[in-house]
Amino acid sequence: MEPFIHQVLAGLATGGIYASVALALVMIYQATHLVNFAQGELAMFSTYIAWSLINAGMPYWGAFFLTVGLSFVLGVVIERVVIRPVENSPVLAVVVVFIALLVILNSVTGWIYTFTIKTFPSPFPGQPLFGNKYMSSHEIGAIGVTLVVLLLLYVFFRFTPLGLAMRAAAQNPESSRLVGIRVGWMLALGWGLAAAIGSVAGMMVAPIVFLDPNMMGGVLLYAFAAALVGGIDNPAGAVFGGFLVGVLENVLGAFVIGNELKLAVALVLIIGVLTVRPSGLFGKVHVTRV
Amino acid sequence: MKLKLMPVAALLAAALASPAALAQKKYDPGASDKEVLLGHINPYSGPASAYGTIGRVIAAYFKKVNQEGGVNGRMLNMISYDDGYSPPKTVEMARKLVEQDKVLLIFQPLGTPPNSAIHKYMNAKKVPQLFVATGATKWNDPKKFPWTMGWQPNYQTEGKIYAQHILKTRPNARIAVLYQNDDYGKDYLKGFHDGLGARAKAMIVREASYEVSDPTVDSQMAQLQASGADTFFNITTPKFAAQAIRKAWDSGWKPVHYLNNVSVGVGAVLKPAGLEKAVGLITTNYIKDPTDPQWKDDAAMKGWTDFMQKYYPEGDLTDNTNVYGYAVAKTLAQTIKQAGNDLTRANVMQQAASLKNFEVDVLLPGIKINTSASDFAPIESVQLARFDGKTWVRFGEVMGN
Amino acid sequence: MSRRSLAGFAILLLLACALPFMVSEYRSFQFTLVLVYAIALLGLNILTGYNGQISLGHGAFYAIGAYCAAILMDKYGVPYWATIPVAGAVCLAAGFLFGLPALRLEGLYLALATFALGVSLPQLLKYHHLEEWTGGVQGITIQKPDAPAFFAEFGLALDQDQWLYLFTLAVAVVMFVLGWNLLRGRIGRAMVAIRDNHVAAEAMGVNNALIKSLAFGVSAMYTGIAGALGAIAVQFVAPDSFNFFLSITLLVGIVIGGLASIPGALYGALFIQFVPNIADEISKAAPWAIFGLFLIGFVYLMPAGVAGAVRMAVARLGRKRQNT
Repeated sequence: MEPFIHQVLAGLATGGIYASVALALVMIYQATHLVNFAQGELAMFSTYIAWSLINAGMPYWGAFFLTVGLSFVLGVVIERVVIRPVENSPVLAVVVVFIALLVILNSVTGWIYTFTIKTFPSPFPGQPLFGNKYMSSHEIGAIGVTLVVLLLLYVFFRFTPLGLAMRAAAQNPESSRLVGIRVGWMLALGWGLAAAIGSVAGMMVAPIVFLDPNMMGGVLLYAFAAALVGGIDNPAGAVFGGFLVGVLENVLGAFVIGNELKLAVALVLIIGVLTVRPSGLFGKVHVTRV
Repeated sequence: MKLKLMPVAALLAAALASPAALAQKKYDPGASDKEVLLGHINPYSGPASAYGTIGRVIAAYFKKVNQEGGVNGRMLNMISYDDGYSPPKTVEMARKLVEQDKVLLIFQPLGTPPNSAIHKYMNAKKVPQLFVATGATKWNDPKKFPWTMGWQPNYQTEGKIYAQHILKTRPNARIAVLYQNDDYGKDYLKGFHDGLGARAKAMIVREASYEVSDPTVDSQMAQLQASGADTFFNITTPKFAAQAIRKAWDSGWKPVHYLNNVSVGVGAVLKPAGLEKAVGLITTNYIKDPTDPQWKDDAAMKGWTDFMQKYYPEGDLTDNTNVYGYAVAKTLAQTIKQAGNDLTRANVMQQAASLKNFEVDVLLPGIKINTSASDFAPIESVQLARFDGKTWVRFGEVMGN
Repeated sequence: MSRRSLAGFAILLLLACALPFMVSEYRSFQFTLVLVYAIALLGLNILTGYNGQISLGHGAFYAIGAYCAAILMDKYGVPYWATIPVAGAVCLAAGFLFGLPALRLEGLYLALATFALGVSLPQLLKYHHLEEWTGGVQGITIQKPDAPAFFAEFGLALDQDQWLYLFTLAVAVVMFVLGWNLLRGRIGRAMVAIRDNHVAAEAMGVNNALIKSLAFGVSAMYTGIAGALGAIAVQFVAPDSFNFFLSITLLVGIVIGGLASIPGALYGALFIQFVPNIADEISKAAPWAIFGLFLIGFVYLMPAGVAGAVRMAVARLGRKRQNT
């Protein structure tokens, strides 16, 4: 029983990583109805900003909030400068721009900071909580942070006029424009918020996996799966999806099919679920009117 | 008239046959009075771009050599291409270097799959594929592949050394193994199995693999810990090595921990993992680590630091792959130097196979480069070392010769 | 096809045939790869460009085709040319079967499913129970074919690269003509109809399920054939040759070349073959950054792909001519 609990808890810890990045994906999807493949690299880049600030002597929380702010600005700037000109191009052309951003950010970060792994500090105590041996305090703390972000997102989209306007702009740009929503700025704002959430995710992930330019490559794969299995238009679903993927993968790898194929089998299971529930476990079923 | 010419012709014939003629200049494509044109393939983009720095440090070293007058008066000019660690691209680039750029040889292609892809081609074209950057055993096969040579100690031998150490010191060990699921990890694993021999089945209680795309190895570590093993062989690249070292400590598992040479960097791996968590690690070494305090005042490492600061200032001084690139570039320069004025591909290969007790100053004391017509493995000796919380303390004798 | 475009096509084909006799062996090899990618991109374009189903996993079909060829040649001594139809058939079946459950998925969810395929296949190739066939992480090395003897008898001594180029060209021409026929025919129109409005298409009597699965199968077949040709040209297959970036590269290829365009496949192939080399020439420090800038530049300047830009240029030229 103990090994099983250990695997489940380790799965929750890694699932928390996936969930935090999945939230950034949900954010950008809510705002633009696109999945940004560069989201992971953007988060990685933000984490390097934080790393530089901390290394320059800034206290952790100062660097944390400054990085969130800078990432927000970075997101807005990218939307205005890079995405704007291709706004009306076919969806796949925009996807290619995302891929371009991904490779540029990865390559430039490697060039500036080299590929040697770096430690990133954790705001949580070094000693494990309650003397448990399975999860470090940081892993538990990171899950807490993810849940806080989730709560903020939920409140933002549900109850604030801005959040509602943003959803409206993504779902029906024309009508939104008619009721006075500035759709262009909503998109930029969505990018900014997604980048800000991503930076929080990056700063929570980095202490666990170590900071390097390829830090987010693998994580993004899982986050993408997590966001979709939970329902990409539902932040809570995405977080649940993250935990589900983390635990499922660990349990399958440790006890059922071995490590070699665990990712493959986990993905097949997810797709199996999706063929039964094509909008994800908690996604809204879209009925199109003809 | 006829009679008069005869002696001249005879003289010429004699000159060509005599040993003195060897001093005459002989060139294959890529070599001339002025330069030796070298080809080089390295991943600068893609998943293995972390190794791009090797290409840059080699280029920097040749720049230094050229500024100091070159080798035998010739400049070492290197054309380096990016293959993104994708074998089809490696083939394309190797062909470009050989057929279009007409280089004398291809130096240091990186990775087992990319090198496997061009193995046959290089040997069919009879162009040296020299000092490849992978530790697979197949590069030491002069009978079948006389144009290919490795450089670093091979993974299987290293795996064997750990196995022998375990058999000698703790014959009843229960062993857990973590390995990267690719050619590199499997080579180590094979050497380790071979070293344990018939006892492998009984002694290894659990093996767990991970993929490079896995964000963490926590799940694997939990599996290994649950197996009840008291000995742990850690076949991982730096990021995962640091994760595994930290996880083993944090979860209260205290096995005798063997770490592969790939991840011995004190600054690159052990410090991120936490130096106190790395105490007691056992590894093998052949090269000096720039972040290991024992080489702080070492003349060779000082020379390396000066070189880095002057010729490759943007390079990372804590990254031991930069020492690796420096050492392998020195080996190539030595080979070209030995070849003298006979810069044919055949002679370069012959010189590469006649390195005798060649010492590169950034290799560990006592580790020498030796090759022969039947031995295409330049570095075969390594020494065990244990981490004491600050530095790698070498113990036992230099092995593997 | 109008007479003029037929003539243009004939000239182009003639030039393509003459190419290996004008350039070096190495260039012939590069252009062989261009043709290989062109076939693969046409396959992906059938699915994504014409039928509107996004695939992030076509590298998997490319890999299946490549391993089919390699295993048949290496383990069973099958001649290289015979592996091409087998690779095509296997991928047709694989694609059709994969297309069936994928029917229930749309847009992003289909992207995830195909993505899973692209990510999982290299792992499957490494799986130790399959190692006996796939060679595991070490991959398989294969022999490069010589030109058939009868060419030499006619006084045309072809080297391996020239022959392989011509062989690939022949396959490519057949595949492009077949593709062109398919796409302008009933099935092609049904595919486009489903892409543009699947409800309307269904109402018009198009069997959506069948056509979509068929599109998947045919698309996979094209890509698989390309994979087999690629393996023969490169003489080596290994899981590392077919990582997820291959799938992404193929997607980039059809978008840059031009979606729903047959010549677009060729433009895209030229892009993915040569632009990374150019990026590498420009910067050793960060070649990917340069490649990324190229991508953005192409999308900005030609949002409908190179094919779209060419179409516009030709139309503009035609108008000018009419005006004068």
